[in-house]
Amino acid sequence: MLKNLIQKSRIKSPWLLHYDCSSCNGCDIEVLACLTPVYDIERFGIINVGNPKHADILLVTGTVNQRNKKVLVNLFDQMPHPKAVIAIGSCALSGGIFREAYNVVGGVDKVIPVDVYVPGCPAKPEAIIDGVVLGLEKLKTASLPARL
Amino acid sequence: MFKTVIPFGPQHPVLPEPIHLKLTVEDERITEAIPSLGFVHRGLERLADLRDFHQMIQVVERVCGICSMIHAVCYCQGIEELMAVEVPPRAKFLRVIWSELHRIHSHLLWLGLFADSFGFESLFMQFWRIREKIMDINEATTGNRVIISVNVVGGVRRDLSHAQIKWVLSELQMIEQDIKRLENTMLSDYTIKKRTVGKGLLTAPQASELGAVGPTLRGSGVAQDIRQTGYAAYGELDFEPVVETDGDCYARCKVRFRETLASIDLILQAIANLPAGETRQKVKGRPEGETVTRVEQPRGELLYYIKANGNKNLERLRIRTPTFANIPALLTMLPGMWLSDVPVIVLSIDPCISCTER
Repeated sequence: MLKNLIQKSRIKSPWLLHYDCSSCNGCDIEVLACLTPVYDIERFGIINVGNPKHADILLVTGTVNQRNKKVLVNLFDQMPHPKAVIAIGSCALSGGIFREAYNVVGGVDKVIPVDVYVPGCPAKPEAIIDGVVLGLEKLKTASLPARL
Repeated sequence: MFKTVIPFGPQHPVLPEPIHLKLTVEDERITEAIPSLGFVHRGLERLADLRDFHQMIQVVERVCGICSMIHAVCYCQGIEELMAVEVPPRAKFLRVIWSELHRIHSHLLWLGLFADSFGFESLFMQFWRIREKIMDINEATTGNRVIISVNVVGGVRRDLSHAQIKWVLSELQMIEQDIKRLENTMLSDYTIKKRTVGKGLLTAPQASELGAVGPTLRGSGVAQDIRQTGYAAYGELDFEPVVETDGDCYARCKVRFRETLASIDLILQAIANLPAGETRQKVKGRPEGETVTRVEQPRGELLYYIKANGNKNLERLRIRTPTFANIPALLTMLPGMWLSDVPVIVLSIDPCISCTER
């Protein structure tokens, strides 16, 4: 029963962690715009947190480069199970317009596993919200560890 | 006294972007701040080797998504100068209109984040609510919310119809009222003053010496704004730089607040004087020679150095962005301040890391 309760409440109020890899800010401000009155995802219990240990969903914007690769893996490792990773914007998907630049490793999926891809340059807030809802499907079906 | 080193960033709740500061602290007083950069470096200046000079417009727009329009204006002006292209007057005015829309949305974004940095979350929400109206104008007039991509070498890609202008004017009137409604809270609230007055002091001689630009410089009492040089259509509009003399976080906040209202005024003037005619000049040939162009970004002076040798690829593109110029100023503001003031002071220069590192 306790497991069911945890599973249910996790889906009802997922907490987000946002990390800007090397985005141009276009997607970042759209992620922030989701939290503000016009889109207001907080009414669904979704909160943007600063601590990876509190987060269920990791939103990544921008391409991965040689320097922030470690930071991204570190943040991902610190998040507790189950977790979902959502890559936002063309850059996070494949490197986008910067794919040939010398310091760019490529999409986020080269470094950590990605569950949902949200395309767009920049992705619109509606698309980002849609991506988060898709990511919740993964949390719904994820199995919990044997010991709580 | 025992010294502690505290890392600030790269992932920090108050920063939308990664910057890392190594803060040496004595008790809770900061004695030294050392920045380390490179988390957002992509190396896009070298993309000029791979993309031709028309395609580079799309690349330079993505130096920074917040002021993409202004980057593109600066780049296009440089190429137009090299190719001796005369931009139609209507295009110049349209560039001013969209640039100022970007400035308003950037400043509203900053005012919101600044309010959030000292924990005033409802004010953050209010500013971002107003900002969404600007995004709607961008979307309705250009088809995109953030990176509007209207600039081409020789003019602009899109035009404003009569009906659109009428709608934009009515929206701007509402935006102006909304911003003025927040004036009392932002500029005379006791708690905001308590957190910002006297924090992060930068005197006028220091600001000039360290090469600060934009609102950071104008907040210290130096009336310098690249829009005074009259690029695009700014020369034909009535414009005065906004200056405050105190040089603290509060003064920089006041500068940005008043600049949003000044920008609305500039858009109204530009719309009233909008000349009829073409918006785009046909361009043939390739650029040759070298040039430096400057424009005023929301954060300060933006400088492009372009060197072309008659090929379709540019030989060298160098971008110098305002936050890069403001970081030395930030490092002199921090020592002597409390650790709890660091987010407020860091945000007060409006850091745009993706600009700085490119």
